[in-house]
Amino acid sequence: MLEIKNLHVSIEEKKIIKGLDLSINKGEVHALMGPNGSGKSTLSYVLSGKDKYEINDGTIDYNGKNLLELDVDERANEGLFLAFQYPMEIPGVQTSFFLKTAINSKRKYLGQSEMDALEFAKLMKSKAEELNISTEMLKRDLNVNYSGGEKKKQEILQMSMLSPKMAILDETDSGLDIDALRIVSEGVNKLRNSENSFLVITHYQRLLNYIKPDFVHIIADGKIVKSGDYSLALELEEKGYEEISQTA
Amino acid sequence: MAATEQTIKQVNTLGSSDYKYGFSTEVDEIRPPKGLNEEIIKFISAQKDEPEWMLEWRLNAFKVFNKLPKPQWAKLNIPEIDYQDCYYYSIPKSLKDKPKSLDEIDPEILKTYEKLGIPLKEQKMLSGIAVDAVFDSVSVATTYKKQLSDLGIVFCSISEAVKTHPELVKKYLGSVIPVSDHSFAALNSAVFTDGSFIYIPEGVRCPVELSTYFRINAMNTGQFERTLIIADKDSYVSYLEGCTAPMRDENQLHAANVELVALDNAEIKYSTVQNWYPGDKEGKGGIYNFVTKRGACRGKNSKISWTQVETGSAITWKYPSCILQGDNSKGEFYSVAITNNMQQADTGTKMIHIGKNTSSKIISKGISAGKANNTYRGLVNILSKAKNARNFTQCDSLLIGNQCGAHTVPYIESSNSDSMVEHEATTSKINEDQLFYCQQRGLNSEDAVGLIVNGFCKEVLQHLPMEFAVEAQKLVAISLEGSVG
Repeated sequence: MLEIKNLHVSIEEKKIIKGLDLSINKGEVHALMGPNGSGKSTLSYVLSGKDKYEINDGTIDYNGKNLLELDVDERANEGLFLAFQYPMEIPGVQTSFFLKTAINSKRKYLGQSEMDALEFAKLMKSKAEELNISTEMLKRDLNVNYSGGEKKKQEILQMSMLSPKMAILDETDSGLDIDALRIVSEGVNKLRNSENSFLVITHYQRLLNYIKPDFVHIIADGKIVKSGDYSLALELEEKGYEEISQTA
Repeated sequence: MAATEQTIKQVNTLGSSDYKYGFSTEVDEIRPPKGLNEEIIKFISAQKDEPEWMLEWRLNAFKVFNKLPKPQWAKLNIPEIDYQDCYYYSIPKSLKDKPKSLDEIDPEILKTYEKLGIPLKEQKMLSGIAVDAVFDSVSVATTYKKQLSDLGIVFCSISEAVKTHPELVKKYLGSVIPVSDHSFAALNSAVFTDGSFIYIPEGVRCPVELSTYFRINAMNTGQFERTLIIADKDSYVSYLEGCTAPMRDENQLHAANVELVALDNAEIKYSTVQNWYPGDKEGKGGIYNFVTKRGACRGKNSKISWTQVETGSAITWKYPSCILQGDNSKGEFYSVAITNNMQQADTGTKMIHIGKNTSSKIISKGISAGKANNTYRGLVNILSKAKNARNFTQCDSLLIGNQCGAHTVPYIESSNSDSMVEHEATTSKINEDQLFYCQQRGLNSEDAVGLIVNGFCKEVLQHLPMEFAVEAQKLVAISLEGSVG
């Protein structure tokens, strides 16, 4: 699905990612953990194609395509989804209209016809119910005056409606209370299948109680310093980043 | 490439070739020589077979025009206009003998309107909308006339109204915009050619949208639109005008006077989608759009609401205003003005509060891209007798790129202490993170800009008649992108 080799990234001359390798296969869930400033969010932006980041070296292969050559929207329409740490507000644009526009952009890219209004309404309703999102919220402007938890739920709703192949969750757990965390995690777990993959970026082991990863990677100073299975997350929780990074 | 850079690049690619109404129609024209003088005014009046009083009114206006200087208040760079180097009248020969039916009209002209999406033939007419089609200096046809006249509604060209309803024209023409208001108003009064006349009788709610479609076709020709709408007591009308012109290297003048009168409990909703040719990327060509629009809420509880989407023209100079004379009367102004490349717009409104408990609301959205300049200029004037008057003004500007400008010039004058005036203003740049967010959801950068800008304009666009709201949303996106669909 995704193969990152020897990735070096800098922003305004400052080196952030310094030789990162990561391989994610179909059907796998990977967790990426690390302290502030270790390069976690940078990786999510580089994968989704945000500008201002300079790729100094390395390759990223995504389903046989050179990911770095694709535009932001091409990557999205090829099934790469980023659940934002800070979702953007778009005043004047109704949430449901945004969802419909996103779905139809993808269908257009794939050479399919637009989803008809009824089919869309049904899909949105069922997905929203799963996430405990009210229809009233879907009528509001996208993310405008949403609480932190509502914004994160909205990200997961978009994800479930677009059913991506490769989803990156950038600190989706931050700012969530325990109930919202459970709902969001359930939403993610429902989507998991043998055809798609997830990269879950987080500070805390807490989220991984709900979304059980197949692999856990620890990133420090722009490199993956240790990889393992779920037990690595527990070890990290016990010992802290510093000790783990040093023993690596 | 940064998202804004991308946007700027797209905006730049919006050359004149993207203006989809830029074609011209080959027709034989009747056109007197260039120049502005009494002879030409007499010629226009004679062509229209006008009564003597109308000609005198025109000639008087011409005298006034000669004494008035050009208005100077706008933040616009208006090149000197040579009034002698312009044609003032041009009509297709085939329309000279006033065709009785559409079958007698030059098929080329009918085709023009069909190309513009305004079919005039009965079987193809737009449902729910009656259209008056103005081609250069003359009204071509008016649809749904019979159905409307059964309700007592008069909807015809102003030239026709001068002859068929002289008492109404005499009473109201120039009563809202005095001939001496400023020089463009005086010029229009002297040489106006065609436009629409509407009278809604007492107690009638007009069942369809009334609409005029203005088309400038001939070269070097000014268009002097004159529209007069009167809503008698307890009546309602919704009116929409659309405008397009061919692409030409020279500048052309469109100087309009539009007067609205609302009597007791009457309501007039006036919407404009202005898409005159804006000129090319370097600012060559395009329409000079100098428009005076004013509505008088003469009766108590009357209401006039202006909604405008201004995307075209090289220069837009336009301040649709309300004179709130009747007690409890209401004035509204909703505006989206988009300027791109070298376009200039100086637009806004005047709300003059005279009666008690009068209220006004102003929502203005200005969007600038390229090297364009966009100014909101408004006046809220509350006179001493306007006890308990209210105004709310909101002006928002959105900038795309860093070579454009947005300016807000609100004047507020209040002569009594019971009134309340609120003003809010914001200026923002299109946000890269918003664009990135939309693109990450699969929208290409053009669609992302269109979506964000339409969201920004939503408060205004939702006031357009439904039939046109969708069209206007597309136009908003197109005028910024160059992705003509």
